Amino acid sequence: MIRTAAEINEQTPWQELTPGGEIYEGGTARLTNTGDWRTQTPVFHADACKHCMLCVPFCPDSAIPVKDGERLDFDFMHCKGCGICVNACPFGAITMGKEGE
Amino acid sequence: MSIRERLSGNEAVAYAMRQINPDVMGAFPITPSTEIPQYFAQYVADGLVDTEYVTVESEHSSMSTCIGAQAAGGRAVTATSSCGLALMFELLYVASSCRLPITLACVNRALSGPININNDHSDSMGARDAGWIQIYAETNQEAYDNFLQAMPIGENPAVRLPVMICQDGFITSHGVENIELLEDDKAKAFVGEYNPEHFLLKHENPLAVGPYDVTHYYMEHKIQQAEAMKAAKPVILQVAAEFEKLTGRKYGFFEAYRMEDAETALVLIGSSAGTARATVDKLRAEGKKVGMVKLRVFRPFPMEELAAALQHCKAVAVLDKAESFSAAGGPLFAETRSALYDLDSRPKAINYVYGLGGRDFTVDVAEYIFGQLDEIVTTGNTGEVYRHIGQREV
Repeated sequence: MIRTAAEINEQTPWQELTPGGEIYEGGTARLTNTGDWRTQTPVFHADACKHCMLCVPFCPDSAIPVKDGERLDFDFMHCKGCGICVNACPFGAITMGKEGE
Repeated sequence: MSIRERLSGNEAVAYAMRQINPDVMGAFPITPSTEIPQYFAQYVADGLVDTEYVTVESEHSSMSTCIGAQAAGGRAVTATSSCGLALMFELLYVASSCRLPITLACVNRALSGPININNDHSDSMGARDAGWIQIYAETNQEAYDNFLQAMPIGENPAVRLPVMICQDGFITSHGVENIELLEDDKAKAFVGEYNPEHFLLKHENPLAVGPYDVTHYYMEHKIQQAEAMKAAKPVILQVAAEFEKLTGRKYGFFEAYRMEDAETALVLIGSSAGTARATVDKLRAEGKKVGMVKLRVFRPFPMEELAAALQHCKAVAVLDKAESFSAAGGPLFAETRSALYDLDSRPKAINYVYGLGGRDFTVDVAEYIFGQLDEIVTTGNTGEVYRHIGQREV
């Protein structure tokens, strides 16, 4: 019985889990919502963004998606709200707010 | 034809390791197991094995080495004793929970303190809840035979658990005895190849081992381990049956010696069985109905089988070579008395903690214990259940 991470959830009975919790594929962290640790939330101001891409390598997670040379809004499933990107941005295109505001 | 030799228990285990030719050995010395990596190092130097011999800085690292090697897809072995096993403690749990069938030669020695290098079972008994299969030997021959059976048991896909092959420090590890060895090709064929379905170096099959297990998953994985330990019981008997076909030497969960009509019996583990057997023969010659059960497999614990072997007795004494400071008896006693509870009519049971730190166990001592059992049978009064024997006292 081989189950992919996407097929395993909190309802899976013990008989159907992999032995020792082994995982038989890569990149399964994408499926895990670690953004719920966040207490502060970065806010992206698209109008001020010059797409210089300075913020992207500063992000300690992978919470700033880039598509076709354009920086997109945050991936809040993985953003921990550390605020490093706010300091990295030279154009004031990112500000911090309280989570849930 | 098998090979007749005379070897110490440590030599016998190292000899079995050479025949198996494992992929990796995590090697760190500690008395009295030191000779196992020492003899094995000679085999490596002589080119008789192609094992990666990893000399590490502690037992924590030797078990870590074994875990990494076994997860990578190799066969890993190590040997240790006493405080060395204690230093592995955390990793013992990692090995079993990752379901890695590592084989560990445990040469039983007292655990500090006060510091003592002689034999008792306090090291492996302290690790009894770590999720390892534990098999104990009475003699050098059994240490060798058990080591060859370890991998076919632990690596069975229904089991996938690490195995601890235990023998008594100095008594068997350094005592030289006659031994029958298998030819290399027969030993190799019996142990077979290790072919795990998943392993880290299998390129086409990415694998993560030992992930963080949150509350919603941890208990399910612990139940898997518990079920694997249950599944090990028939596999242990199956492997023993195959071994008997090959060698004529019979193994089970325990040896029941002259138990058919025994009214009183000793239950014990390891080399003391030789002394107990001699005592049983002596008392039988005097017409007394006595017997002995020498437990071989402590994990998984053969509850029903042991209860069945003891059910016709009037009184039994369980001998523990480890103090568990429960204020109520040693670990073998706790398990054995629990097994007896399920019987409709059960023998009275007492516990003797004995042989700590190399304290001798003699025929006189065993005879005294049988005398105490007779008294319990005669008076019907068990008296103090939790007892010690062999100590000086006023």
